[in-house]
Amino acid sequence: MSEVKREDTPVLETRGLGISFGGLKAVQDFNIKLYKGELAGLIGPNGAGKTTVFNLLTGVYVPTEGSVLLNGEVLNGKKTHQFVAAGIARTFQNIRLFKQMSVIDNVKAAFAKDIKYRMGAALFRTPAYWKAEAAMEERALELLDIFNLKEFANQSASSLPYGAQRKLEIARALATDMKVLLLDEPAAGMNPTETAELVECISIVRERFGIAILLIEHDMSLVMKLCERITVLDYGQTIAEGGPEEIANNPRVITAYLGENDDGEDGENLA
Amino acid sequence: MKKTIRRGYLVNTAVLVAVYILCVVLANVFSEVSNFKLILTPSIWQCCYLIILAASLNLVLGFMGQLSLGHCGFMAIGAYTAALISLAFQRAGVYDEKSGIVFVLILFLCVICAGVLAAMFGVLVGIPALRLKGDYLAIITLGFGLIIVNVINNLPFAGQNGLAEGVASSSLYQNGLGFGTTAKVTYLWVALAVTIICVALMFMFIRSKYGRAVRAIRDDEIAASAAGINTGYYKVLTFAFSAFFAGIAGALYACSNSTLSTASFSFTNGSILNSTFVVVMVVLGGMGSLTGSIVSAVIMFVLNYQIANGSWVSSLPGFIQGVFTYPMLVYAIVLVIIIMFRPKGIFGTYEFSLLRTPGEFVRWIKGLGGKKKAKPEGKEAAAQ
Repeated sequence: MSEVKREDTPVLETRGLGISFGGLKAVQDFNIKLYKGELAGLIGPNGAGKTTVFNLLTGVYVPTEGSVLLNGEVLNGKKTHQFVAAGIARTFQNIRLFKQMSVIDNVKAAFAKDIKYRMGAALFRTPAYWKAEAAMEERALELLDIFNLKEFANQSASSLPYGAQRKLEIARALATDMKVLLLDEPAAGMNPTETAELVECISIVRERFGIAILLIEHDMSLVMKLCERITVLDYGQTIAEGGPEEIANNPRVITAYLGENDDGEDGENLA
Repeated sequence: MKKTIRRGYLVNTAVLVAVYILCVVLANVFSEVSNFKLILTPSIWQCCYLIILAASLNLVLGFMGQLSLGHCGFMAIGAYTAALISLAFQRAGVYDEKSGIVFVLILFLCVICAGVLAAMFGVLVGIPALRLKGDYLAIITLGFGLIIVNVINNLPFAGQNGLAEGVASSSLYQNGLGFGTTAKVTYLWVALAVTIICVALMFMFIRSKYGRAVRAIRDDEIAASAAGINTGYYKVLTFAFSAFFAGIAGALYACSNSTLSTASFSFTNGSILNSTFVVVMVVLGGMGSLTGSIVSAVIMFVLNYQIANGSWVSSLPGFIQGVFTYPMLVYAIVLVIIIMFRPKGIFGTYEFSLLRTPGEFVRWIKGLGGKKKAKPEGKEAAAQ
């Protein structure tokens, strides 16, 4: 598992990515290379700029410097839905589902760009419409089945339990047929059972879809277990990069998380 | 699964056609009865365009969650387009009498042109306006509603007091689309057919990828764009689609009135065509329920009609009669009552369905132990 076959071009690459809000440099010189089938982690203390990186990678924010490349193609200046069309999908830190829609419609909505029928076909119910809808129904149910959500297909999304809502969000992201999946704190607020289920889900997704995954997470045991490579951010800057063990023993990372040990007091208390 | 869908379509189509034929036959049978001619026919015409208007605003307000207060502006565009085109044909000598196949064709042409022009304005207004949200969008659409009335007022060929050289409001009645009592009875079938087709098309829109995208935008715009939905495109598209039907409603309005003046579309007017009145209809029916809009359009029409014409009004104490001279006050009270007691409107997001609802209704009655509530009236309305 640890030896991922390296191709020439990474699926996702950033070159000197950065953004400043007024005088505040939220993210500076962020470089990452993500290869097909790889699972990388992005960690850092609160306010380090992790979610900002995600927003840069999905076109929510326009970077003030540097660029995002997907399969070697520069995506700068495009809008969020164009990022998604190119192949970057994400989930959100605080769940954002289409709450009033049914579970299956949540997934179907994400197929929008793949459905080729036009307005006329929709209004007059031509065979093209039926064909596309039937194919989509099948794909949506398939996706829901992977996440054990099939039985809830016709319930409204807001009625799902918390863990299932997280999974539905991942299912919706997968429906966009992406190459890179960005997961923003998928295990936040989950109990250990739900987290274990989630880990299983993520592994299944990797195996079945062969995509690259970038993960933000505060649950260190999950990060250490899942990720092959970890990037650590602090104050918008990359302070370390490497395998899980390397990171766990990196003094700069420990300092970032636990504070300086100048006068001996802080460090002792926290340790 | 697929079989039930097909059966649903068949049943709905069959019932719609049956009800339509029944209505048209009845209209012909009773065409000489004076109450039918003078009261019921104009009422049905009004209900028809109010239903289209409310349902079309529901697409934007209920399904897309964008507050638009200028819907009657599109209606005004549709009304004047239809009236002017019909006048032009009349002056060119294409038809003299309001009868015959040629006139019917021109009638449908007018209705479609009204919709298309309104939709074009929908795109023009929607592209800049839909960058805004909530209150700001409400203000800009409100502004559009006011501007369009003033623009029409100042057109050389469509003045404030009516059409035709800016003078005689009655010439529209005589020459163009404005129908008199007899013509209204004769062309009742057109109004009914147009309404059924429009509502059916809106249903098809909502139950396709467009509808899903639109509802996704309502629920969470950021998540919608993260799911690959081009939110800007779908918003403008839906806005224009909705404007299209508002334009058609306007064309029906132009037909059903003997005069056409911009005063009826203005905000200061307490009439039934005020944009806020349409918002009340949508909220009353339920934001996100087309059948709800249909029911509430009929309810609001009856309320409006009764306040103005009901014989029971004169028996009320003077104070209440005083309130009734300002219909907008009554609509405001209705709106407050809905918000207090049934904030989701009559139907909420529930859609009446010929196949499901009777069964659900029976179950509901059993569960409640015989307590009845105003649900079955949706039946006639959905069939309309």
